[in-house]
Amino acid sequence: MKTHTITFRLNGETCTLDVEANELLLDVLRDKVGVKSPKAGCERGDCGSCTILLEGKSVRSCLILAVEVDEQEITTVEGLSRDGLSPLQQAFLNHSSFQCGFCAPGMVLSVTELLGKNPHPAKEEIQEAIAGNLCRCTGYQPIIDAVLELTKK
Amino acid sequence: MDDFSVVGTSPSRIDGLDKITGAAKYVDDLDFGPGLLYAEIVESPYAHALIKEIDTSEAEKMPGVVKTVTAKDFPLTFGLYMKDRYIFARDRVRFVGEQVAAVIARDAGSAKRAAKLVKVTYEPLTPVLDLAEALKPDAALVHPDLENYEHCPWFFPRPKTNIAHWRKTRRGDVEKGFAEADVILEDTYTVPRYAHCAIEPHVIAGYYDAAGRLTLWASSQSPYTQRNIIAEALSPMGLTHKDIRVITPYVGGGFGGKAGVSMEIFGAVLAMAVKGHPLKIRWSRAQEFYNTSQRQGVMAHVKMGVKKDGTITALEHTLHWDAGAYAEYGANVVNAAGLSATGPYRVPNVKIDSVCVYTNLSPTGAYRGFGYSEFHFGLESHITRIAKQIGMDPVEFRRKNAIAEGDTLAYGAKMNPGNMQEAINRCAKAIHWGRKETSEHPDRVIGKDISLFWKAPAMPPNASSAAFVKFNEDGSLNVMVSGMELGQGYMTVMAQIAAEVLTVPVDKIRVETPDTDRNAYEWQTVGSHVTWSCGNAVKNAALDAREKIITTVHRALGFPEESIYLENEQVKCQTQPEFSLPLCEFVINGIQTKDGTYRGGPIIGSGIFMPEFTSATGDPETSQGGHPNVHYTVGAAGIILEVDRKTGKMDVLRTVLAVDVGQAINPVLVEGQIVGGLLQGLATVMYEDIRYDANGKLLNPNFTDYKIPTALDIPQETIPIILETPQPDGPFGARGVGEHTMIPAASMIANAVEDALGIRIKTMPVIAEKIALANLGVEYDEVKGNTMGFCYAKKPDEYPFGILT
Repeated sequence: MKTHTITFRLNGETCTLDVEANELLLDVLRDKVGVKSPKAGCERGDCGSCTILLEGKSVRSCLILAVEVDEQEITTVEGLSRDGLSPLQQAFLNHSSFQCGFCAPGMVLSVTELLGKNPHPAKEEIQEAIAGNLCRCTGYQPIIDAVLELTKK
Repeated sequence: MDDFSVVGTSPSRIDGLDKITGAAKYVDDLDFGPGLLYAEIVESPYAHALIKEIDTSEAEKMPGVVKTVTAKDFPLTFGLYMKDRYIFARDRVRFVGEQVAAVIARDAGSAKRAAKLVKVTYEPLTPVLDLAEALKPDAALVHPDLENYEHCPWFFPRPKTNIAHWRKTRRGDVEKGFAEADVILEDTYTVPRYAHCAIEPHVIAGYYDAAGRLTLWASSQSPYTQRNIIAEALSPMGLTHKDIRVITPYVGGGFGGKAGVSMEIFGAVLAMAVKGHPLKIRWSRAQEFYNTSQRQGVMAHVKMGVKKDGTITALEHTLHWDAGAYAEYGANVVNAAGLSATGPYRVPNVKIDSVCVYTNLSPTGAYRGFGYSEFHFGLESHITRIAKQIGMDPVEFRRKNAIAEGDTLAYGAKMNPGNMQEAINRCAKAIHWGRKETSEHPDRVIGKDISLFWKAPAMPPNASSAAFVKFNEDGSLNVMVSGMELGQGYMTVMAQIAAEVLTVPVDKIRVETPDTDRNAYEWQTVGSHVTWSCGNAVKNAALDAREKIITTVHRALGFPEESIYLENEQVKCQTQPEFSLPLCEFVINGIQTKDGTYRGGPIIGSGIFMPEFTSATGDPETSQGGHPNVHYTVGAAGIILEVDRKTGKMDVLRTVLAVDVGQAINPVLVEGQIVGGLLQGLATVMYEDIRYDANGKLLNPNFTDYKIPTALDIPQETIPIILETPQPDGPFGARGVGEHTMIPAASMIANAVEDALGIRIKTMPVIAEKIALANLGVEYDEVKGNTMGFCYAKKPDEYPFGILT
């Protein structure tokens, strides 16, 4: 299979590597770059645990081919924590928002995207923004509560 | 002892930072180097067939393939309570998706392609896909060799039948009880199978080194039990416990699905097949559904007699469980339910039959609630119906009959403390019980319900926990235990217990995930028992360390031992008010005496806990005489439910759950269990609808077709209420709570739907489509065609009441 050389920005750093045409971004990030926060939960776009930000937009890295991200900007939760916790991460910590933690990286990124567009979301807007990130532990309430408290005017 | 400084507070989770930064490592995040091999499983397309021939020659020719493995290489069985599960199907397959062979290759793609080249010749057999058929005298047998399986002494399998276990509980005289009743109600309720749906799939990595040592990295609730089951299964290969090491990093949700051993056995044997190479298997989401363990389906026949004043006189509860192909763990679900299917009520005359039936569907096992969610659906539906039938308020009926401390349980032991009356009252108040409410929307109606619940940990009578604590130079502490942080907050709670005894703040305590070579023993993290059991072990370990601190100070400085105490990370002495010695000054290097020599040394503590009052020796015909359960946690839940009569769509306007946890070590974490568990329970009744076809193939093994709730599907409001009637043998009075919070959800919905619409639905799930159809007089089963949620082909009403009895 033909390999392609791609270059992208990952958490502020330039990354150049060879990928095969059919390689998924999720697998490349995890196995070739060593960024482990995007998780494989269903590998068909249902669960959202592989969420990353691509050009600031939340996407499922299990549904994207690595060759597609050439010249693009990717953010994972590792990039958010580089200079300490973001206010959102701190709010999640304060509210014990997560239990097993497997959905947390994806959830953090989906809410990060929301707050970039809408700094004071209503409860329903938060629910809508994270509706693609499945969590089996928390009942979602402590996640929503943390965001509401962080963003209240 | 009520004056705690750390217990009862809610410090931030000690695993919180790991999880919120992406630092938390799960098994699939570990690197095993360039030598890592991958395996693909060859699966049976038949629910029941004989294996005539397996031809792996074509697969082995494929580039990248290292080896193929079949039952010939590992002709062994394994299991927790009964060794009935085959590592690779030998001679016959028993469910669609069962492992027949494995292909090991240098990359996952080659393994997958080569697996398709393995040729298996089958001779299809009649599959057992209906409970009534399974129990006929001439039924096809799922396990013709049942009599040869080793099992625990409290299981009663019946050779040459499909019955893996039959738990009988008898108390009083049910016929006399029914004769005394003014009203008798009997009916049938069904509960289908369910999947755990932890977001992290099962992952196992194994490495069998040149010196013969097997290391496993498992996504697991049970490192020690996995080591034990695997050591027992592989003992014919010469492996001993010492040779096996199980390391369990963070786990992305368990809910019972990662207890015991399921696919982990492949990590062990396939690693052994390729000595010197690490090997990893990650289950696909589909495999997660059909080849780990599902929750059992059950057909419940309930017959209850009551007097006009609301007194329950008799209960006959017959439960037929669809255990699937293997019951090594699931038969104990049947056992637990069979002991406790009176629910949290005083019942003088009891006849319970809980029957574990082998079928040709996926294997079953532990699932949060362990049988109690299942039987509570029928029982709590029945209670509301019978109360209404005698013209009594269903909540008043429950108050009148609710279990209380000192009551005699169905198997003869006495009930432990727990304040059910307060739980009922608090829930009734929260949902304004007795006040009829109307929706602003013309198509919608509002119904309410209060359901009760109870549950005891299900475990061997001598299941135990152990703990080590060790101090570091700065007075910080490591707590080394082998319970699993499943998300419930176990690590934080163990740290709080150690902190309470040793006065070291929680943020100076590290609790790590287990490694069976390093950490102390824990049976398994199941049954909502680790806070209680391992909590006691940690408390004992901390007390042991404190004792050593006191001895050291006494030996070095001469103060009387009984006057020495700890406060704020310092040693103090009642007779020397000026004296204080920080722990960090001596817990490693000891205390210097006047002559310049030292006393003491590194402070370590160890502690154990095993209940010494339990036994599983009850009479097989009545269950009288043993003491199988350590304690029950009780509570109540309430709901205000809005239902659209045209679409059946439901909106939970408010739900409340009150549970008596004895002592909340960390109230925020308990609330997390209530809010999260209640939604998992609501999911089983409002959304999740598993479907098999008529040949036993699972039709919806994915999140597109098997719907678990998203953030848009939650109650508008959930009110958690914590009650605290101390458990005398619990650490600081604590009892377990993890599973209980999903148990009352199903009956609450069914009862509230009836309250709103006058429609009684006796088959789970109670999803919108079923309600809307029922409102039109259409049976859900009719529109679902030739599919089933568990192993029964006919309508429940067509089964004889109590198939066996």
